[in-house]
This record gives sequence, C-alpha cells and structure tokens, in this order.
Amino acid sequence: MKMLIKNGRVIDPSQELDSCLDILIEDGLIVELAEDIDADGIDEVIDADGLVVTPGLIDIHVHLREPGHEYKEDIITGTRAAAAGGFTSVACMPNTNPVNDNKALTAYMINKGEQEGSANVFPICTITKGQEGKSLVEMGDLKLAGCVGFSDDGLNVECGEVLRRAMEYASGFDMPIIAHAEDEAIKAGGVMNEGRVATELGLTGNPWVAEASTVARDLMLAEFTGARLHVCHISTRRTVELIREAKARGIKVTCEVTPHHFTLTEEAVRGYDVNAKMGPPLRTADDVQAMKEGLADGTIDAIATDHAPHHIDDKNIEFNVAANGLIGLETALSLTLNLVAEESISLSQAINCLSTAAANTLRIPRGTLQKGVPADVTVIDPEYKWAVNAQQLQSKAHNTPFDGWEMTGAAMLTIRNGQVTFERKDN
Amino acid sequence: MAFLHKHIIGTKQLSKEDIELILETAESFKEVNQREIKKVPTLRGKTIINLFYENSTRTRTSFELAGKRMSADTINISASGSSVTKGETLEDTAKNIEAMDADVIIMRHSCSGAPEYLAKRLTKCSVVNAGDGFHEHPSQALLDLMTIKEHKGKIEGLTVAIIGDIARSRVARSNLYALKTMGATVRLAGPATMLPTGLEEMGAEVYTDINKAIKDADVVMMLRIQMEREGGNTLMPTLREYAQFFALNTENIKLAKPDAIVMHPGPLNRGVEISSYVADGEQNVILEQVENGVAVRMALLYLLAGGSDEEKNDS
Repeated sequence: MKMLIKNGRVIDPSQELDSCLDILIEDGLIVELAEDIDADGIDEVIDADGLVVTPGLIDIHVHLREPGHEYKEDIITGTRAAAAGGFTSVACMPNTNPVNDNKALTAYMINKGEQEGSANVFPICTITKGQEGKSLVEMGDLKLAGCVGFSDDGLNVECGEVLRRAMEYASGFDMPIIAHAEDEAIKAGGVMNEGRVATELGLTGNPWVAEASTVARDLMLAEFTGARLHVCHISTRRTVELIREAKARGIKVTCEVTPHHFTLTEEAVRGYDVNAKMGPPLRTADDVQAMKEGLADGTIDAIATDHAPHHIDDKNIEFNVAANGLIGLETALSLTLNLVAEESISLSQAINCLSTAAANTLRIPRGTLQKGVPADVTVIDPEYKWAVNAQQLQSKAHNTPFDGWEMTGAAMLTIRNGQVTFERKDN
Repeated sequence: MAFLHKHIIGTKQLSKEDIELILETAESFKEVNQREIKKVPTLRGKTIINLFYENSTRTRTSFELAGKRMSADTINISASGSSVTKGETLEDTAKNIEAMDADVIIMRHSCSGAPEYLAKRLTKCSVVNAGDGFHEHPSQALLDLMTIKEHKGKIEGLTVAIIGDIARSRVARSNLYALKTMGATVRLAGPATMLPTGLEEMGAEVYTDINKAIKDADVVMMLRIQMEREGGNTLMPTLREYAQFFALNTENIKLAKPDAIVMHPGPLNRGVEISSYVADGEQNVILEQVENGVAVRMALLYLLAGGSDEEKNDS
C-alpha cells in the first residue's frame, strides 16, 4: 500500500522544514519526502494543494477515562476525538479507576489504542501507588511497559520529601516527573480564580499563588535532584516567569499550556458556566497574555488540552460541586491557529507546540516526518470555517465552553501509521 | 412604570427605577401590616413555595408572612444539602415543584448561583433569591434601603459603612450594588482575611481599620460573624480579638455622624460584632429592618406575581 500526499506546504519543526513537498508513505512508514514525487504506481494520491501537512499532532495531556469511567469517555471514543482534532498520539493521565500505577493497565491502554483506537496511546503513570502521595510506583518496570512519565495529575504531591525521592528515582531511569502544581492548602477549596469575578459571583477563589508557589518548589527540587520536570497546564504569569528563569539556569524543565488558558479568562465563568470550571482555573487577561508571550519565546514547550470529558450528570449541578474540566481535543488546533491569525506566534511555532516540541517533552518517539518513521501525518486547512456543535463532536462528552464558537482552521485528514483515522467531510 | 423582571436573583440586576418602584410598593404594603386585619386579597389563588436548602428563621418567616398577608397559598419545603449529597438534582426538584403549578419559588441555597441555575431552567415559575452562598441576598438589601430611606429621607449622597466578613457575606454584596445604584458611598471594612479582592473595582471604599470606615458615616451596618469560624480556621485568631478590633461599641459609634443609624441583618452575636449597648441603643433600627422586611417581600411578590405576566421578560 502506497500513499502519496502531493503539493502540500510541509511544516516539520523536527527538520526545520517549511516548504512545498510531497510525502510518500509505504507500509505505514514515511519513505520519501521530496519535491514532485512521481505518482505512478501509487494506490492513493492525496492532493494537499493549499493545505498544510505536518507531523501527526500530539496531545500530551488527556483523560481517556478507561478503565472505570467509561460513561464519560473510553479509549475508542477518546482517540476518535483525538483523530478528529488532528491528533495521532495522546498521552493519557492515570486517574482512571483503578488508577494506572501498574504494568497491566499500562499495557492494556497501549494495546487498546493500537488495536481499536484511532490514535497511539502513551500512558502516564502515577508517581505514587494508588495516587496517594506516599510510596513510589515501580518506575523502571513501568518504563519498560511503555509509560512515558509519572504524574499524580489532578493532585499535587503535597509531601516535598516524596516528590524529592520520586525525582531522584525517576532521573535514574531518565523519566520525567509531571507536576500538577497546585497547593491544596492555599487553594483552600477555591472553585475559580480569586479576583473580582469570584467576589461578584460569591465563589471561593483559587489564587495564582497556589500554582506559582508550588511550581517554585518543584523547580528547586528539579534543580537539586537534576531530574526532568514537566509542569502541566500552567495558568499564571508568575509561573511563566519562574519557568523562563529556571530554563535560563539550566534546570531540566518543560511545560505545557492548554488552549483554554490562552483563550479564555475568568469572565467566562459568569452565569456560573460549569464548562468554564477547571483546575487550574481560568485566570485574568494579563495571564492569558503571559501564556502567549511564553509560547512566542519558547518558555512554553507544548500546547496540551487536558481533555477532561464529563457526563452531563457530573456537570449539570450547582457550580460549587460540578466536576472540573472540559473536553479539548477537537477544538485545540483551531484555537491554536487563532494565535497564528492574531500574530502571537508563527504557524511553525504552533505546529511545533502541537507536535515536535510536545513529543520531546516526554520523549515520545513521534512528532516528525523523517524518512523511516511511522507515518503519522496531519493535513490541515488553516482557512477552513466551521462552528463548534458540542452535541456533534466525536467525544462521548459535550462539556465545552466553546459550543457555538465560529472557528477557522481544522484538520482535514489524519493519518496514523499510514492509515487514515479521520477525514473531514464538509459540514 | 412597569416592573419587567421575571426573577429576582440579585440587586445587581436592578436599575434605580426598579429599586424606587419596589420601595414605593413596599411603603404601601407597610400600611397593610399595621392594620388590625393584616390581609389583602392581592395574590389570592397564587402558590408560593419557600424552598430552603439552608436554615433560616427570619427570612423564611418573613417571606411566608408576606405571601399569607396577600392571600397566597404558601408552602415551606426544607431541603438539605446539594444535588450531590441529596441524591436528587436541583433541576429535578425544581421541575417537580413547577409541575405542581407554583407561581413563585423562593429559594435559599448554600451554593452561589443556585437560584440563577433554577431561573434558567424553569419556564413558568418566578424565582426569588432568598440568599445564595456568598453571592446575593436581594430582599435583605432592599429592606435595608427602605429602612435607610425612612430615616434619612433619601439614599443618594449618604455614606454607609458595612463591617464584618465581607468575603462571605451575600448581604454585603447585595447592599453594595443597591446602594451604589442609588448613589450612596459604600465603605466595606473588616480584617484583611475577610476582604476579598476586587471590591474597589466594584465601587466600594475598603478599610481594615473600622474607625476610618465609621468616621462620619450616616449608616453603620454590622454583619453577623459566624461563631464557628473561631478555632481551626485562619480567618481570625479569636472572637475576643475580633470583638476588640472589629466590633461596634459605644466608643467607636461616636465617630459616626451624631444622627447615624445602626443596622444589623440578624441574628445578633451580642458582644462579638456588636455590643449590646449599641444594639439596643437609640441609634439602632434593627427591628425596623425586620418589620420592613415583610413589606419589601410583599412588594417583590406582588411585582412578580400580582400583575399580568405579559410584560415580563426573563431577565
């Protein structure tokens, strides 16, 4: 089986490529990347004239909910949503039920993604057994099983000693610790950003310092232990500044931002919109600006969605008790392209944050179109106009604050291991 | 002029004209409350449900009396907890009540936003917020304004000091909006742990020294301190220290204008946020607030359920 993608503008940050090239795929691998490849004897020729062809997009922060919460999402629907958003690989968080702190679950997730899913699944395992913040998981064995990093995501590792030892131990296996940095005590039950909007709505605030102070601790522990630290979903200006400074000092740190944290502010919570409730919370316009600056200067490595599907029953209740999070896989690319349209970042930076650089944070062996690698390719129309209809997305869940938004730009074709996992039909 | 609101969620939604209309209407109902036979047929045949997810004596009794004095059928439902602890969702509870053809649901809930949530999901019924979380308590603010106006003849140009746990006070928020709309200066004061961010942007002056807030004020409104906040909590060291620095007493009340009035939404913690000498002193109007509460709630129910429905929008 040979597939040829012709006439596209190929942007591959891993090779610093941005030019009109053809890509030849054979038996699931990229075999040639050149100008004007002959279409004779090719089974399928895709005309990508006017389109952008990139390494398959990678989302390093999703919740697939399987096992345990299949009523919210499962590996099949979650990876289908990924493919529809242009993603060919996802790294899934371990807060399933039971939590992913073992080899069997890790293997299950990888296999399910491979055999029945529409995207490659790279599991992230917990740092501590049972996600209880106490004793370490079998990091070496989990690495062998295919785990790409360790995170007690959703929970901060409160105990500094546990985190220190986790970093030390993980660094021996060259594995990253992924921090959900939020001081629970300072957060004090806050359900949205602390500030004027919270005061008006009468909701308890979760201040920026709950995140930034924990990031400061984690950075120093990374400096002290020499471990690789990846900071999840950063949301405040001070965090960006801390990471910028840490990188300058040579600390091995990477970080990600979600599309909602560079798009929306706390104002979105008005009317008690439960779809605008997440941890960390939406912040201020100045914080949004800081996210854009961090992306532009490379302080922020990756754009990741924190795709958090929830059933309507977990959301359609009082704001204080509604579940945290929103789905993001199918809107991430368009929201990222908004940053390109408003000239906050370049198109190649956008693609880098969604592919090569994202892969590098967790050393996921994807995110490139180099000859010989598995053919994960995304074909993007940056001008494609569409409107979000939460009820018609591929995810099982509908919890998005972007419902009804007019979007520009979308994945038109998603190819994983040489197989088409998604093709956009005109709506 | 017409009253165009279908729900009363907060004073933030009310214009100057709305507030004036409510207060004028309340004045006429106050007269009813002073008659020998305290009953008018205004809301005969209307059904009003008091849906209270939080304990309340004063507010619930006041709403119930307001309904009964206008001949409405009033029912009290005490519920506890949120959707999560209770097992039935708020939406289901409300829709069941609506299915029984209630005209007005008066709701108190510990979660901010619960009445707004309800209002968005009910098609026929009006919703009146009787206090939600730390968000709003509009009928309390309106009865406060009525009391202030009776004593001062106006609201515009007055200086009102509100003192206590502003962060956790729906009374403070509703008063801030209503008083600002009517042209008063609002000073909010308390320990810094009880002053949330953003108050200045909302139009208030903010003080941690209550003497400065009281200085030359026309109205001093003390908020109830929740006694259980003492101990195991970081908002204040002790009730003793709170009383020392943040209570209204016979000394600091002298800083206010000589004709200043002293208010409190009740119930009082005597000796904590207010000394008994001040609470019972000449300047106190606390029981007048309670009296006006019934009249204001009659006015709200009348404006929502009394006239024709045609002119009301869903704001």
